[in-house]
Amino acid sequence: MNLDFTGEQQALHDTLREFFEKESPPAVVRAAEPLGFDPALWQQVAGLGLAAMAVPEERGGGGAGFAELAIAAELLGQSLAPVPLIEAAVATRLLASLDDPPRLEPLLAGRQLATLALHPVTGDVARLVPAGAVADLVVLLRGDELLLAGQPDKPMAAIPNLGAMPLADCPVPDGAVLLARGAAAVAAHRRAVRQWLLLTGAALAGLAARALAIGVGYVLQRTAFGVLIGSFQTIQHRLADNATDIEGARVLAYRAAWAHDAQRPDAASLAMMSFLFASETAFKTASESLHFHGGYGYTLEYDIQLYFRRAKAWPLVAGDRRAAYAGLAHELYAAPAHDEGA
Amino acid sequence: MDFWESDDLAAHRDAARAWADANVQPGWAAEQERTGCHQTMELHTRLARDGILGAGWAAEYGGSDVDPDFARAVFDELARRGLHSDGWATTIMVIRTIEHVGTDEQKRAYIPAALRGELLIALGYSEPDSGSDVASARTMAVRVKRDSEEGMGRRAEGGAGWLINGQKMFTSTAQLASHVFVLARTNPDAPKHNGLTLFLVPTSSAGYELQPIHTLGGQVTNATFYMDVRVPDSARIGGVDTGWSVMKVALVYERGVGGASSLELTLARDLAVWAREAKRPDGTTVLDDPLAAERIGRIAVDEAVFHALDVQMRWQLQAGKLPQVEGSMRKLFWSESAQRHYSDALDILGAAGVLAPGAANAPAGGKFEHDFRAAVVTTVYGGASEILREIIAERHLGLPRNRPSR
Repeated sequence: MNLDFTGEQQALHDTLREFFEKESPPAVVRAAEPLGFDPALWQQVAGLGLAAMAVPEERGGGGAGFAELAIAAELLGQSLAPVPLIEAAVATRLLASLDDPPRLEPLLAGRQLATLALHPVTGDVARLVPAGAVADLVVLLRGDELLLAGQPDKPMAAIPNLGAMPLADCPVPDGAVLLARGAAAVAAHRRAVRQWLLLTGAALAGLAARALAIGVGYVLQRTAFGVLIGSFQTIQHRLADNATDIEGARVLAYRAAWAHDAQRPDAASLAMMSFLFASETAFKTASESLHFHGGYGYTLEYDIQLYFRRAKAWPLVAGDRRAAYAGLAHELYAAPAHDEGA
Repeated sequence: MDFWESDDLAAHRDAARAWADANVQPGWAAEQERTGCHQTMELHTRLARDGILGAGWAAEYGGSDVDPDFARAVFDELARRGLHSDGWATTIMVIRTIEHVGTDEQKRAYIPAALRGELLIALGYSEPDSGSDVASARTMAVRVKRDSEEGMGRRAEGGAGWLINGQKMFTSTAQLASHVFVLARTNPDAPKHNGLTLFLVPTSSAGYELQPIHTLGGQVTNATFYMDVRVPDSARIGGVDTGWSVMKVALVYERGVGGASSLELTLARDLAVWAREAKRPDGTTVLDDPLAAERIGRIAVDEAVFHALDVQMRWQLQAGKLPQVEGSMRKLFWSESAQRHYSDALDILGAAGVLAPGAANAPAGGKFEHDFRAAVVTTVYGGASEILREIIAERHLGLPRNRPSR
């Protein structure tokens, strides 16, 4: 056991922290609304090779793993950077894993952006695809067919939404490329969705940590009844509970990433668990930090609302969590053979 | 980053099982449950005889050459068989404290006897009017001119002894203890943290009494009374009026930080094993019910989060740091979530959730019902949740100290 970052991971962390702090301050996040996409920032992110970071070197990528992607996702979540790095990293990696990956070069070079439809296609449209409004390519599952849809006229108009995300309904064009069929296609899609959950969990842990820091900063400068409101026990204890949850969410996210990279049998379940807990933690932390701002928290002027809206919206794109908890119980315990491995 | 956890005791597991097979009598765990006393002296004697208590201690204190990892594996194995060793846990805290702050004479007097299994030390910190605010203890110790006539100890400098009066609460395993480690006020005029001293009081002392306290979880703890109890000055552990800093040494061990082995939570799995067999009238199982499955899933997630916090604390320890914040987070999350989980567990069982051990058809033999009751105290002992939140608020978040200062 060694929970420290490796030297390379630490360097990546330090570089990206500085990058996101400098290039994605709240002013940039606000300016990118309502679409939730900053093309110039994306060009920088793509230029750093982040989207292709976890593509194997023999396929032209960076050869890194999900631990490294989780570092990037956590920092993205802290700054709310308006770039679809998680979607692009997952979709690009999926395409690169195919025997004969189509249209990979522009993705690796950062000239194009791919995303993943989280839910199977209903009718001939994939609904509410994250980054669907800005992606050149969409990977989607229709029945047991894994398809790649090009979007030459990518919508670039946001469907108005809580989290200012570049969501779009993506139709399946006639010329969609068949990537895989049958059980392998369904499994590949499921794997990619779990990777999206894993990285979104890391991003939400980062979001929660920053939302907490904003709340702590506020209660340490606002006074009421002649004292700092941060000296009130009821506020301190709620912040302490959130800090505890955030630490758990952060370590669990990295554990899930490690399990994925190590190809452990519990990796898929850990990804889901990490996502679920980070989702709860981000929303609770952001909404309590907002509450501690008093009436100011309700105004658009204070940054905490940016965190509050995304804390609810980012995970909700994947669906109702209550069903996911029930599904998780079955996944872990439905069959006696799984008892020990769980 | 590497989350791989090797079992560092793997090499000793078989030997520990063999030791337990040879030495543990089958009825002991049930007897601990029945009597509510979480310590078995016959077992303790055997642990001492085979040098397991003395593992890791220097020979000059009566330490043995038994591998400390083997000793840990034995205690793990005993725990797996439902055997608590609470009295030994508190004894270790105290003899570690003596090792840090005791005189050479005290180290020679107490540590070897404890490692031989002849001393068992209970903690006398809490009082009827003080728990988390332990420094407000009102039990008094007053200097008397001469040692007691009983000749209880060697004559210390000046020959002075102490007269102790007061009451302690939750003196667990005092039923079997040879001594209580009593926190007493020696200077009522000083600020509360600066007027405390610790004494090792023999339970054979005249004026010492014990009354059992029965608890929700079945454990029987005690109130202990000290009426003109005389002890020699050699029973004083650490300097006069320095009890607060002496106690902090022991508290580090009590918070589960000292050599904490990992705690594996299995409630989600235990519930699921029951739920996938339990049939509803329509022939479906409880696990088929999404309302039940959702709650089991939530428990599984919280258990994974606890494991993450546990790993984080153990990593800090392994890196040679004192993980006060990490240990507080771990204990806060574990205890607060355990109470929610056991409440949910009984709900999921439905009406059968009320069935206690001994009831026919009680799910898992009534284990869930028992653990629901026992979980109540987890947010209280070893650092109440409110204290842990203050530690996190002050030391991790940099919020102002909330409690009245000393």
